[in-house]
Amino acid sequence: MSLDLLIYLALTIAALWTVMTRSLLRSAIGLALVSAILTIIIFRLNAPLAGVFELSVCAGLIPVLFVSVVSLTQPYTHQEIIERMKSMFTRFRFLPLIVIAVGLALGLLSLKPETSLPLPADGKDVRFVLWHLRRFDLLGQMIVLLTGVFGVVILFKERKKSG
Amino acid sequence: MVSAIFITLLFITGIYCIMASYNLVRVLIGVEILIKAVTLMIIVVGSACGRLALAQSLVITLIVVEVVVITVAVGVVLGIHTHNNSLDVRKVRRLKG
Amino acid sequence: MYALLILVPLASSIILNLLPKGVNKRIAFGLSLALSFLQALFIFFPACPVWKTGARTLESVFRFNFFIDNLTSVMLLCISIVVFVTLLASRKFIESGEKRGSFINVILVALIGMNGAVLTRDIFSLYVFLEITAVSSFILIALDKDILAFEGAFKYIVFSAVASVLMLAAISLLLLLTGSTDFNVIHALFKMQPAHNALVILAVGLFLCGLFIKAGLMPFHGWLPDAYSSAPAHISVLLAGVVTKVAGIYALIRIIVSVLGFTAAVQSVLLLTAALSVILGAIASLTQSDFRRMLAYSSISQVGYIVLGLGSGTALGIAGAIFHIFNHATFKSLLFVNCASVEKQTGIRDMRSLSGLAQRMPVTGVTSVIGSLSCAGIPPLAGFWSKLMIIIALWMEGYRVYAFIAILGSLLTLAYFLYLQRSIFFGKLNPEFKDIKEAGFALTFPAILLTAIIILVGLAAPLLLEKQIFTLNSIWGG
Repeated sequence: MSLDLLIYLALTIAALWTVMTRSLLRSAIGLALVSAILTIIIFRLNAPLAGVFELSVCAGLIPVLFVSVVSLTQPYTHQEIIERMKSMFTRFRFLPLIVIAVGLALGLLSLKPETSLPLPADGKDVRFVLWHLRRFDLLGQMIVLLTGVFGVVILFKERKKSG
Repeated sequence: MVSAIFITLLFITGIYCIMASYNLVRVLIGVEILIKAVTLMIIVVGSACGRLALAQSLVITLIVVEVVVITVAVGVVLGIHTHNNSLDVRKVRRLKG
Repeated sequence: MYALLILVPLASSIILNLLPKGVNKRIAFGLSLALSFLQALFIFFPACPVWKTGARTLESVFRFNFFIDNLTSVMLLCISIVVFVTLLASRKFIESGEKRGSFINVILVALIGMNGAVLTRDIFSLYVFLEITAVSSFILIALDKDILAFEGAFKYIVFSAVASVLMLAAISLLLLLTGSTDFNVIHALFKMQPAHNALVILAVGLFLCGLFIKAGLMPFHGWLPDAYSSAPAHISVLLAGVVTKVAGIYALIRIIVSVLGFTAAVQSVLLLTAALSVILGAIASLTQSDFRRMLAYSSISQVGYIVLGLGSGTALGIAGAIFHIFNHATFKSLLFVNCASVEKQTGIRDMRSLSGLAQRMPVTGVTSVIGSLSCAGIPPLAGFWSKLMIIIALWMEGYRVYAFIAILGSLLTLAYFLYLQRSIFFGKLNPEFKDIKEAGFALTFPAILLTAIIILVGLAAPLLLEKQIFTLNSIWGG
């Protein structure tokens, strides 16, 4: 129990750091960290396949995307960074307070949601479910990847000519 | 229900990030945090109600969709950057809403 | 059999990309036009043997369980009409062959996404296909790569992503409550839940919030005028005609009617938001000077009517809402097509610097008058009947204040369309527009087609209502 609590705390702190750190590069790395901690939680909840996806795609691919955007776009000058530091501090200073306050409030309230249906575990295998019950979703995944390919072709292709 | 509390905190962090950021990339990072929160929520729910296999297959689909959305969003952000030479939201607000 | 509506566009999209470029250029446009036309035929003649033989071979591999009722058919018909019109209108706007190829790729994916979202019977698949539709419309908005389009697209992406997250949170709560994501299972189990359960209220609230954002109802409308007005002119036809209707309104009706069921709280939330959208949307469009922004706010107001009909909670109200979806798809696409031709020919979007164009563009002028009158609900036209049904449903259920609001909104609609007509089409012709001509077949043919649909549906409405719409009661049983 306490180990779980520690992991969850680490997750929240990583998310706060991701949001509040000044450099966008560190923010992208923080996102990878959040994903990695999330993967640990998912593994501990006994969902390995989803965990593998989360680790490889969300902790691997998406931060790379963000890092490449940050490096493709122009970095800030020193003066701008100092100004941004000040303005970020004023804008984000309430966030940790809110997070701590809400966390404590919810913890003290200790909500007990009334799920009136204690469901029996169905004990099906994820591969079975994905292929036999969620086939329409698999088709959807295929189409969404196709859309992504078209999007990349359209949005990224002509950039080199103009810029 | 420890997990419910922390999921709520992640939601708050993401929403706050989207609302308070002046940088387009940071807005997208806020969106990502929100999606992380919802991923965690689905898995926790799946293990709580004994539908872990279903929850896992939903999460796999969700991750694929998420990647495509973020990729397209990144393309749009780069497009804004080539025109404006800036990622600042305040320079983007030419559309009034 | 309905799987064909997804698999055939998917297959043709893949095949088009495999073909050599020269062949692709020649057949892509015709093929996609034919696909949308075939979809309309499919809706009218579902029993035709041609589809059946095609479906039988496919069904051995792709056996999906779809939700088919009259709402589905109406939505599929709207999708096919608007995609057809958008493709025709795009002819005028996209000159280069390569660009047209990528446009057709994306619009086919949008078609698949919308068809899938309408057909599915599972809330998670609904999310997946709504997301496909949304991603393809982001790409379509940014197609021209000017800065305004990128900004509009970014705003849409952020709003839509937040809406999706809210929907997913609601989906996972429903999974917790019922252990399933299937419409029927949830519907059956939801009746047994106590309605005051905090989790049920949270789930319904999150779902409604997400769908209100996607539909662009009034407190959540921030992205909609920007996305509509910054997209290329022919894309805004598609966006206003069906994309937001499928993503927001269809999903809202389906989720409320077939999954969550009506409760007093849900009804009052729906009615309140809808009334707000009807009135504020109409007032906001009175203050616009850019005609596309005016039409975007008018869309918000009309969507408000649809949700008012849904909020009445009766069969008549829902039938009226569905009829209004169809009418909105036709008259709003017509008005956006007219705007596209005015924009194409003059290059101006500010109503204050236009006047008297009806003399030079008679077809555009006449069709836009008919579209506006239908939107304002003037008797013989189609828009009148759906608004009448919605108002009667509200009145019969005792929501008299809302019925008055609906009538007031109709008057405001008439007011802003009179303003639009007077400033663009009537009055003295500005000498600088002396040489303006009609925009050509690609834009006048869709306008005439849509006008014909509006007039015919309006005249035949009593008959159609008997035969078609009232059988929509079947969605109550589902």
